[in-house]
Amino acid sequence: MKALMFGWEFPPHILGGLGTASYGLTKGMALQPDMDITFVMPKPWGDEDRSFLRLIGSCNTPIVRKEVTWDYVKERIGDCMDPQLYFDLRSHIYANFSYFPTNDLGCVGFSGRYPDNLLEEINNYSIVAGVIARTIPCDIIHSHDWLTYPAGIHAKTVTGKPLVIHVHATDFDRSRGKVNPTVYGIEKDGMDHADHILTVSNLTRNIVIEKYHQDPRKVTTVHNAVEPMSPDVAAISSKKGTNDKVVTFLGRITMQKGPEYFVEAAAKVLAKKDNVRFVMAGNGDMMNQMIRLAAQRGISDRFHFTGFMKGTQVYEVLKSSDVYVMPSVSEPFGISPLEAMQCGVPTIISKQSGCAEILDKAIKTDYWDIEAMSDAMYSIITYPSMAEYLQVEGKEEVDRITWEKAGLKVRAIYDQVINK
Amino acid sequence: MKTICFYFQIHQPFRLKRYRFFDIGADHYYYDDFSNEDIIHGIAERTYFPANQMLLDLIKEYDGKFKVAFSISGVVLEQMEIYVPEAIEQFKELAKTGCVEFLAETYNHSLASLTDPEEFEKQVKAHVEKIELLFGQKPKVFRNTELIYSDDIALQVAAMGFKTMLTEGAKHVLGWKSPNYLYSSASAPKLKLLTRNMKFSDDISYRFSNYDWSEYPLVADKLVSWVASTSESEQLVNIFMNYDVLGSLQSASTGIFEFFKAIPRFALAKGISFSTPSEVAHTMKSVGELIVPYPCSWAGEEKDTSPWLGNILQKEAVDKLYGIAEKVHLVTDRRILQDWNYLQASDHFNYMSTKLFPGPSVYSPYENAYDAFNNYMNVLSDFIDRVNGQFPEGVENEELNALMTTILNQEKMIKELEKKVKGASAVPKNGTPKKKETKKA
Repeated sequence: MKALMFGWEFPPHILGGLGTASYGLTKGMALQPDMDITFVMPKPWGDEDRSFLRLIGSCNTPIVRKEVTWDYVKERIGDCMDPQLYFDLRSHIYANFSYFPTNDLGCVGFSGRYPDNLLEEINNYSIVAGVIARTIPCDIIHSHDWLTYPAGIHAKTVTGKPLVIHVHATDFDRSRGKVNPTVYGIEKDGMDHADHILTVSNLTRNIVIEKYHQDPRKVTTVHNAVEPMSPDVAAISSKKGTNDKVVTFLGRITMQKGPEYFVEAAAKVLAKKDNVRFVMAGNGDMMNQMIRLAAQRGISDRFHFTGFMKGTQVYEVLKSSDVYVMPSVSEPFGISPLEAMQCGVPTIISKQSGCAEILDKAIKTDYWDIEAMSDAMYSIITYPSMAEYLQVEGKEEVDRITWEKAGLKVRAIYDQVINK
Repeated sequence: MKTICFYFQIHQPFRLKRYRFFDIGADHYYYDDFSNEDIIHGIAERTYFPANQMLLDLIKEYDGKFKVAFSISGVVLEQMEIYVPEAIEQFKELAKTGCVEFLAETYNHSLASLTDPEEFEKQVKAHVEKIELLFGQKPKVFRNTELIYSDDIALQVAAMGFKTMLTEGAKHVLGWKSPNYLYSSASAPKLKLLTRNMKFSDDISYRFSNYDWSEYPLVADKLVSWVASTSESEQLVNIFMNYDVLGSLQSASTGIFEFFKAIPRFALAKGISFSTPSEVAHTMKSVGELIVPYPCSWAGEEKDTSPWLGNILQKEAVDKLYGIAEKVHLVTDRRILQDWNYLQASDHFNYMSTKLFPGPSVYSPYENAYDAFNNYMNVLSDFIDRVNGQFPEGVENEELNALMTTILNQEKMIKELEKKVKGASAVPKNGTPKKKETKKA
């Protein structure tokens, strides 16, 4: 089974949960012996893990024929691509794109991030996808998130192979309902062209069915999973330098994540308890507003903002925490509570997050119910058996959620779509 | 002659209202009056009223040959007194027939037998008093909360003067033995044990309306013929179940009432009689001793105490609750004592169960175990503060005990001395001895 996947992010250089999920899923699927995955991404850095798949960067794929030598190609992009593949791709250029601004290898540039000219980059990505689809033989095409749907559709048109799209989030989650019509258009177009749609939770599945008018039979939920903790991460120890209990919010401080409910709940707990501190780790457009809110509630002495966290810092924060809270207003899945539970941190999540569908050993409250949320925080920091129970049982539960199982579900969909 | 011993458990706890941590110290009323009233009304309509009436009719119809036993917890009696006093009247009427035996248990349907012997004894006494007051008979047979039993508990029960006790015929207790005999306790050989016939009891309780069951439908002559076909020497069949089976767990539409009404007719025709636990203990002899080192109960597949003490949440809640017992025993405040009673109901701990089968009670007011634990612990925190508030801070329990006795003794002393003073002051005033004064009066 040869799968051609289009993605936008791939670790270690990631900007959000999409990269983590793409990595976990492909790694889990690679465990199937006959699985051969080619993963296309806008801009590889060269330090990606290529042990289980073939990685192609669109920024290294030529769309204009340039006469270059083997050695030159090897020197220029040898760390990211086999020169032979470059020449194979070059012989499949399907139209005259010489009016495009390309580099010395005939490739168009990509930032691999979410720049202001994102729509242009998405379009270029789809042009490049045409070259790749003509070069790499495949049985199925798999597109991750809306940025790559046009590329998937293009590849499907070229090859005639079935298209599976993977909805990691919809614009309804990102905007709390105020949808960007262009983005919606791209999303809807991708779903309409897809032979099957995978969603990361039933929550997202319902949005796809109701808001994008898709046939429920065409939409299947494959819940995300979590990579087992690496030994380096497991070795990180708590950096906590205080006897106070620490309650943590970790994520982008944006409307979607519901940070204001965390602050309000914190104020309620602090009115009753004094041996507790609250940490809001992350960055986002609502950060200043949250700082003001904390001051307004008079809890700034016990409420701390850390700013953006990356890499192992995330785990340092998690391991120093006594409670992890994710009050998301609308979360398609949310892998970070699973990571917190792996670290043995008792976790509170909102019922409006997709991961709540598969987690039992975590406390679930409505995101708006600050009374229930603060009550749960209070309980974990006050009653030791509650913390211990969630710690032990939570870790056990999350250790059973593996990408390999998710990969098998995706494989079943592949087989079904191909044999239709 | 074979005999069937029917016994029904009746219990409902006082459910707690949503009690957030910021209520601690601010609000000392813990109960959800609305849902308690709603639930007890519902069960009374579905079960207590029609089932009591049915039993009364059956006893009349068969002229006292149909007999049953009840164990009604003190807390549900209190709820009936408040919300459905008609039910109490019916039970009183049943008591008058002489064919209904009321058993003793812990007043609060609590786990005190596993945690606190002193509290256990207090509650049993309180329950016996309540039953005697309401129904005019002093319970002679004991059955513990959810049929929890162990050798240790048997010793305590025997020490309280009971000669008979009910327990589950759990497989890990009986082994190859049949539940259809009378046994005695290994630790207290004079205590006779009636063991529940798991098969027949569960057939009625859980499988009665189950279409997938190979024996569906269960009808009265089928059950009676099963009882009759037990081996000749098995003279006793104990069918113990929750009273809610009649009309609530098995709704009236399943035909459960008609089924029950028909049982005596078929049984008596086959020469099978009905007995109360006391009669069984009186007429039969024990065939052997049962050794039960670890507590068993009638719940679930494991028949152990895991539905109440299965996870660390439940253990902490119970530990914290009984950790304050010693102090509560010194308290005289009636509201505190009442809350102490209600908070001990085993149901609160069952709601915290994380077992999948059997899960928490169908009447659980909580969404999940954590919610139940949070709420209970918040209430308990407030309760503990109130108890501690009755005493000066930083005084150990033992010291407190001594102080309390001093205070009590002081009162006595003061009274005695006052008498003396009176006597002494009486002499010089009138100049006459005390005797004459009494004569005058």
